[in-house]
Amino acid sequence: MAEIQNTLEHNKRLDGLFAVVGLLATFVGMLTLSALLVDLMIDGAERLSIGFFTNFPSRFPERAGILSAWVGSSLVMLVTACSAVPVGVAAGVYLEEYARRNWLTTLIEINIANLAGVPSIVYGLMALGLFVYQFNLGQSVLSAGLTLALLILPIVIVATREAIRAVPATMREAALALGASKWQTTRDHVLPYSTGGILTGVIIALSRAIGETAPLITIGALTFIAFLPDSPLQSDFPFVSWDWLMSPFTVMPIQMFNWISRPQAEFHLNAAAAGLILMAMTLAMNAIAIYFRYRFRKKLKW
Amino acid sequence: MDSVPHTALRRRIAPEPARDAMADITANVAEKPLIEIENVSFYYGAAQALKGINFSIPEKKATALIGPSGCGKTTLLRCLNRMNDLILNTRLEGKITLHGRDIYAPSTDVINLRRRVGMIFQKWNPFPKSIYENVIYGLRIIGVKKRAALDEVVEKNLRRAALWDEVKDNLHKGATELSGGQQQRLCIARALAVEPQVILMDEPCSALDPISTAKIEELIHELKDTFTIVIVTHNMQQAARVSDYTAFFYLGELIEFGETAKLFTAPEQRQTEDYITGRFG
Repeated sequence: MAEIQNTLEHNKRLDGLFAVVGLLATFVGMLTLSALLVDLMIDGAERLSIGFFTNFPSRFPERAGILSAWVGSSLVMLVTACSAVPVGVAAGVYLEEYARRNWLTTLIEINIANLAGVPSIVYGLMALGLFVYQFNLGQSVLSAGLTLALLILPIVIVATREAIRAVPATMREAALALGASKWQTTRDHVLPYSTGGILTGVIIALSRAIGETAPLITIGALTFIAFLPDSPLQSDFPFVSWDWLMSPFTVMPIQMFNWISRPQAEFHLNAAAAGLILMAMTLAMNAIAIYFRYRFRKKLKW
Repeated sequence: MDSVPHTALRRRIAPEPARDAMADITANVAEKPLIEIENVSFYYGAAQALKGINFSIPEKKATALIGPSGCGKTTLLRCLNRMNDLILNTRLEGKITLHGRDIYAPSTDVINLRRRVGMIFQKWNPFPKSIYENVIYGLRIIGVKKRAALDEVVEKNLRRAALWDEVKDNLHKGATELSGGQQQRLCIARALAVEPQVILMDEPCSALDPISTAKIEELIHELKDTFTIVIVTHNMQQAARVSDYTAFFYLGELIEFGETAKLFTAPEQRQTEDYITGRFG
């Protein structure tokens, strides 16, 4: 009897011990993120002003801003999203709904999984050879967007498949039993019911891409740009211009890298401020992803 | 009572030649057959789920498929609209005809077949859309767009499914907000809207309370004037109540097929009697 009592006491102590260890482990991640944010804020907060967003980089740290960097990042992300989303979603739908289960499909699946693990600089090297030289796209917004699109393609495909798999088989059966074709079933049911999951995956992938530096340096992103690409919208006919696609560019992390590698301490403050904004962009994107997931999950009930 | 009858059963059934059984079976059907099942065997990979099934399903009658779990009745039901095509590694031998046409022939259009042979599932599965959208989906996919025509279809089929009075003021409400029994009747309305000839029902009441079950049974009685109904059920009282013909399956074989009244009162086979009197299964 006493023995059992002892064992029970021991079990209880172990339980308490793990609760403490688990709590500490959780705090490691939390504390790191907050320490990082606080550190960036202490350094960069004083540089945050309207001017910081509307100024081009400059030789004078107090006049330097991130205008070309945030515009560049936005345009590159636009190209990335427009190319990675349709291709990735189509591939995910094909693999999940259409592909026969055979060795070829398995091989493709293994390849996609491995592709997600390829170091990003390798994508940069490939893009330098393919987009910049072979296709003659130059060191442009287009090359950069396509490079990052390739980088996040595996993430988009995997996210799409996961989202599609969460749609119950009974929905497909219901549609097929009414005489819907496979495409109608996919278009009317599978895709609409998995939109939340797909969007979440896409946004998480884009927030990965927005912080990427190495592949863009490899394809020749400039570190000092004092002009903006042509505006996509024009006041004259035909009102839309594609010139921005071929324009040289810089992006947020490269701008930071440029400032941090300068000797003057004032530039380091600029880098911290830019870092703060980049983090805010990433966290905002993740927040949007969580919101989408919540909204779509709430709407769907089966 | 326990495991002994199973092996004993198997021995008793095996020696009977399939052809003779078929002659008996078809003799039991006076009605014009709509679906003819000829020597059908079905395999999931190497496992055989149906063994040389022969019988005919008469038109505009309700036919119940009964038998213990795993006897192959749901498999057979899903062969009739080729739903089993969705499962990998399955194979069908033999022939199933609808109006004399082989539904497994290479020239058969599966989509067309499924429009003629509708299905109600064990767990109700309305789309997470409005009640209205659910009913008209079968028409949407063939390009019907006229609002007036669609409105008419919605009312007609919700009435047929005895759901109209309960939902007529809320047609644009989400279908999944309805109660379980209402959702199942909505699924019936959705299947009827396609105007099929046959309606397959896979244990449509197994997850419903007695009141909802009674409503659906009543519905089946009305529907069989217009449609041919094939219903899989675990509930023998239900089979006795709603069906005109009953097929009893055991371990992938058809043991007995005949008029429900006769099968339940004077079964020809010993196994059937054992099952319906609750001695096993």
